[in-house]
Amino acid sequence: MQTTKQLLTSVQVARFVAQGFLRLDGVVPRELNEEAIATLSTGIPEVPYGTPAAHAFPQDTFIPRLLALPAVAGALESLVGPAPTVDHHAVHVREPHEGTAQDLHADAIIDVRPDAFDVQLMYYPHEVTPAMGGTLSVPGSHLRRVNETDIGRVQNLRGQTRLTCPAGTVVLVHHGIWHGGRRNDTARRRFMYKIRFNPTVPQVRLWDTSDLHDPAVAAELGTTFPWYEQATARLEIHNRVLLWRALTGDDTFDIDHWVTRVSNRPALRSHT
Amino acid sequence: MKQQVLVLYLASSALDSDVVGWSRYDGTGGTRPTTGDSDEPPYTTGLAALEDGWRLFQASQLLPPHPGHEYDTSFLKHEFFFEKLP
Repeated sequence: MQTTKQLLTSVQVARFVAQGFLRLDGVVPRELNEEAIATLSTGIPEVPYGTPAAHAFPQDTFIPRLLALPAVAGALESLVGPAPTVDHHAVHVREPHEGTAQDLHADAIIDVRPDAFDVQLMYYPHEVTPAMGGTLSVPGSHLRRVNETDIGRVQNLRGQTRLTCPAGTVVLVHHGIWHGGRRNDTARRRFMYKIRFNPTVPQVRLWDTSDLHDPAVAAELGTTFPWYEQATARLEIHNRVLLWRALTGDDTFDIDHWVTRVSNRPALRSHT
Repeated sequence: MKQQVLVLYLASSALDSDVVGWSRYDGTGGTRPTTGDSDEPPYTTGLAALEDGWRLFQASQLLPPHPGHEYDTSFLKHEFFFEKLP
């Protein structure tokens, strides 16, 4: 098994900026999944807000080994940098035949930071089938400014993701992603373990940037989704360009002139 | 008469534009729609819902953005409420 962390590429980070999530299917080995299910079934102790991740979890639990997996460690460092702190962690359970789904929501409260974001790790230790009510998420929703369940009225959006995955899947999501636990129509409990990470360093070029100028980066950032309204889709690209500028430190980056066009003010330049 | 409500989110403010999101609430208790229960919309456009007998009773207003917030994105803008009274 590879033991060094696997940093993300620029194309992968651009995909995260566009979609608001990164899937790592089946990256957790079976024995760790089995240990996690046993631990999650009995509950886990709380971690004080802001505890450094390196010291947040007992070494004899599955959690440090989950976070040390090369794919997980590399992806986390690429997005929130080294030495993040733990905001909180929790076990989410969808009970058998629960009857209802969660309202669509974004976690915590409305969060308008233009140059920083938290990452939430969602870990599924067992296979999630369509009937088990895997997490509903809405690709490309993370930059929309909403406050928690204010969007609960919305039940379905074109292009939404109803998660199904193999055991040992980890999904890393931007804090703003719209999501909700779906109704579990099976006789089996469904577990999801979540950790929210806060960055402690500027989130600038934290990944493997050797492909920074790959045309695939702009292609990823320009992705649109079936649920976008025609006009607002253009604002989404505009806002991703701003986030990409913050993450790369490159204030000239643009896609199809969206930001450059509306920030061009020659009169201001003539006075400097 | 108990009310069935259909909410359609459209791609533009035009009622005949494409459906991009949808919700249903059934006052008859005959069905229990919920979050994330379908991937395909019940109609392709708002107009198609009218043609199938749904009655429009509310449409979101066209509100200009607040100064300084022209590039902010938030809720879906083009929300249309329909009802049926079976």
